[in-house]
Amino acid sequence: MRELVVIGGGAAGLAAAVSAYDSGIRDILIVERGTELGGILNQCIHNGFGLHTFKEELTGPEYASRFIKEAEERGIEHVLGAMVIDIKPHCVTYVCPSGVVMEETKAIILTMGCRERPRGALNIPGYRPAGIFSAGTAQRLVNIEGYDVGKRIVILGSGDIGLIMARRLTLEGAKVLAVAEIMPYSGGLKRNIVQCLNDYSIPLYLSHTVVDIKGKERVEGVTIAAVDENRKPIKGSEIEFECDTLLLSVGLLPENELSSKAGVALSPVTNGPVVNDKLETSLDGIFAAGNVLHVHDLVDYVSEEAAIAGRNAAEYIKGSFVEGERVAVKAINGVRYTIPQYISKEAGSVTIRFRVSGVFENKYIVVRKGDDVIKRIKKRILTPGEMEKVELSSVDFNDDITLEVSNG
Amino acid sequence: MIYDAVIIGGGVVGTAIAWQLARYDISILLVERESDFCEGTSKANSGIVHSGYDPIPGSLKAKMNIRGNQMIRELRDVLDYDFVQNGAMVLAFSKDELVQLETLRRQGIENGVPGIEVLDRDEILRREPNLSKDVLSALFFPTSGIICPFSLTYAFWENAHANNAEARLGCDVKNIEKNGDIFILTTSAGVVEARTVINAAGVYADLINNMLSPRKITITPRRGEYVLLDKTERGFVKSTIFQMPTAAGKGVLVTPTAHGNILVGPDSVDIADKECTATDSEGLDYVMRSARKSAPEVNFRKIITSFSGLRAHPEGGDFIIDMPLPGFFNAAGIESPGLTSSPAIGEMVSEMVSDYLKAKKKSRYIEERKGIVKSALLPPAERARLIDSDSRYGNIICRCEEISEGEIVEAIRRGATTLDGVKRRVRAGMGRCQGGFCTPRVMEILSRELHVPMESIRKNNRGSEVLV
Amino acid sequence: MAKSEFICINCPLGCMLTVEYDGNEIISVKGNTCPRGDKYARQELLAPKRTVTSTVRTEGSVHRRVSVKTVPEIPKKDIFRVMEEVKRTVVSPPLKIGDVIIHDIADTGSDLVATSDLGE
Repeated sequence: MRELVVIGGGAAGLAAAVSAYDSGIRDILIVERGTELGGILNQCIHNGFGLHTFKEELTGPEYASRFIKEAEERGIEHVLGAMVIDIKPHCVTYVCPSGVVMEETKAIILTMGCRERPRGALNIPGYRPAGIFSAGTAQRLVNIEGYDVGKRIVILGSGDIGLIMARRLTLEGAKVLAVAEIMPYSGGLKRNIVQCLNDYSIPLYLSHTVVDIKGKERVEGVTIAAVDENRKPIKGSEIEFECDTLLLSVGLLPENELSSKAGVALSPVTNGPVVNDKLETSLDGIFAAGNVLHVHDLVDYVSEEAAIAGRNAAEYIKGSFVEGERVAVKAINGVRYTIPQYISKEAGSVTIRFRVSGVFENKYIVVRKGDDVIKRIKKRILTPGEMEKVELSSVDFNDDITLEVSNG
Repeated sequence: MIYDAVIIGGGVVGTAIAWQLARYDISILLVERESDFCEGTSKANSGIVHSGYDPIPGSLKAKMNIRGNQMIRELRDVLDYDFVQNGAMVLAFSKDELVQLETLRRQGIENGVPGIEVLDRDEILRREPNLSKDVLSALFFPTSGIICPFSLTYAFWENAHANNAEARLGCDVKNIEKNGDIFILTTSAGVVEARTVINAAGVYADLINNMLSPRKITITPRRGEYVLLDKTERGFVKSTIFQMPTAAGKGVLVTPTAHGNILVGPDSVDIADKECTATDSEGLDYVMRSARKSAPEVNFRKIITSFSGLRAHPEGGDFIIDMPLPGFFNAAGIESPGLTSSPAIGEMVSEMVSDYLKAKKKSRYIEERKGIVKSALLPPAERARLIDSDSRYGNIICRCEEISEGEIVEAIRRGATTLDGVKRRVRAGMGRCQGGFCTPRVMEILSRELHVPMESIRKNNRGSEVLV
Repeated sequence: MAKSEFICINCPLGCMLTVEYDGNEIISVKGNTCPRGDKYARQELLAPKRTVTSTVRTEGSVHRRVSVKTVPEIPKKDIFRVMEEVKRTVVSPPLKIGDVIIHDIADTGSDLVATSDLGE
């Protein structure tokens, strides 16, 4: 029996494996479905990664290579082209070109990442021609394969991948005509709005969505329209663009079909596993970290979180893991969710990551234990696009914890 | 050469006719204007093998439906298509509908539908706990089933082809003339000569018929829109759930698909454009609203795609299967229950054509057709053996549906030349991410296997190149 | 005297910064809520710089592209001139992260360096 199987060799999986190794675990296997380690970072050739972790600005492949090197230096074993098809507590089954392999293991860390929401999930009306790509698919075709996906492009959704691709395609010679965002604010980082859109005079239409796609074989045009407060299109506000490509950057979903099949309890808000402060899921010996747990804005936080999961998995494997009573962490009044959702009574110190459900200015994040306020943090701005955190140290977790956005 | 039989249309009806005609010792050419089979009405419908309660007794629809249902249930192991006999319910929600339900039951019996059950509310909710608590009664039709229309169409074609039927794809018929006993078809891919012509052209069957036939027909495209839910919703309903049929059709259904998704739809809108398969938000809203009447909790947050298809609605309401002039045959106006009826139509038309040609059965005929292996559904040991014999079956390309490189290569070997062709044969890209991850990789495999550059890989028809 | 506006990128607040200037002399920065905004506005007005990231075509490798970036940042106005040169470039393996592909690209004084390894 192995000690630890890490599912996914991207940012989270590598950091989890390295951290487990550094906590004394030697028998580790990373199972990666791609043809190389690094995951989605390999196609994220833009810079802006690693400011927190390495105090320098790296591109995706550079950031990945740092962790790959760390894993290699420790001699951590990995298998490529291997697709996990089944997870059970203490058992992982994967398919690869050499067969079907069943790995019995003491612990498992889920680090499968996330996928993009497809067009179908949006019910965008119109035809279904070629030329409609999710931003990440286009990113792979352009950055890894070096192909052109379109000449005249409209982007729906102002998530970071969409913004990054707006700049990328512009540099490659395409004309990005518009970015439409159904919300009244962008879900992307400010820096990306400025450096990917404003730098190239690409207009951002807030509170707009796509209402029609023209073209039977290839996209010939896209119509966007303003939406009302219920996100319903307003008649008469349509703007038509003649274009050959529509890129979708409309949200990411943690990939938890395997976890769900295994019986891991999922949160309907994050679409990721419900975890305690050790990042252990509802199933014994199965941990989760990174975008499979909840979608992150910065890869640095993914690595940080995965290192915690790796450390705790190591404790679990060594048998020095205390599974005591726990209290719940509740997200209310403007706080959309928290990770973790539970804290063990003996935890002492915990970092709670969370996101808010709207844009708030000059508010407080108030943390309560039972009815007592134990922390109050002033925030000049809170937006749904940015992950937030509060650190609680030396707390006796003897009652439920509540997080909310508050006026005072 | 002069073909004994030229079939116009590579949908489920055209291929079913080819499949049945290929039993005879004649030369057969199927012409299809799109770049693959199953590209029109056959590709976007409910995928239901209807039991036969709905058609008017004595109609051709009733006859073909009952026979087709029986054939599809019997031929599954011979032709290896994806079919599940899951049964269907028709729900009644009011006193009026209870009366209609009884009428429907009698009509079903008159049509020869076997095994009809009447269910009371408790029994309905015991079998299908997710249905509306407002339901009063239901009919259950045990012979109803769900089928993958692509798999049925490819099964018909692959067996026809194994028995020497030929096809010409991307071949649009522009004109037909009759010169003595010979038909001369002018097409986008050259002139074709034939002793008989069979019109299975779907929504275009009126145009084909009207080129020659003294009796003009009109086919109106009747659009139906659908939403498809993720396999995570598997088991939400087990049987196909219908509401009371109306003049416009069998209404909005909620059904599992043969592959384990949940399908909801269709609406029914007559349109002028024979090509208009665009969806609109009103239609999709209507479909979702209507479905909630049957199953209030259906989880539309799990929609993975929406689509629309065109039914070939004939003026008179019944199928048009006839010989309006010697040697020219129609299989026209094949709307619902057309998919179910297709093997029966194939049988009927092939008898008419073989009588006309005085054709004899072949002495050597291949009955069976094997579908492409589904490696993910094999027991682990068998899967391991398959991978051992060909490691490409261990290289998973489509994550969501767990489709291997081996299966994709086999789809290409059997004729797929496009992303949609691969998708419809082996389901790569059919899953929850809708090709987000596998599209570039399937393109690479197509490019490699077909020895064409990536830039010429298409989604489906000419002009649908993925890259620019 | 002239005025320019910028959105500050230092934090999600995204302050709208207004800079009043006369030639190269900055008279005032307004709208910022912290000193980082002031600094950012001055930099953006006088000498905006960006890192260009892209890919370069390869020959003799199974990888069709190798990713690259400019080090250090280049003047914003030179982005498209730099891209012209990037597009004309073809490289062969082996390459390691950090290897210089083009010295002083488009006379910017910056180098174009590989950001991924390239094997055969």
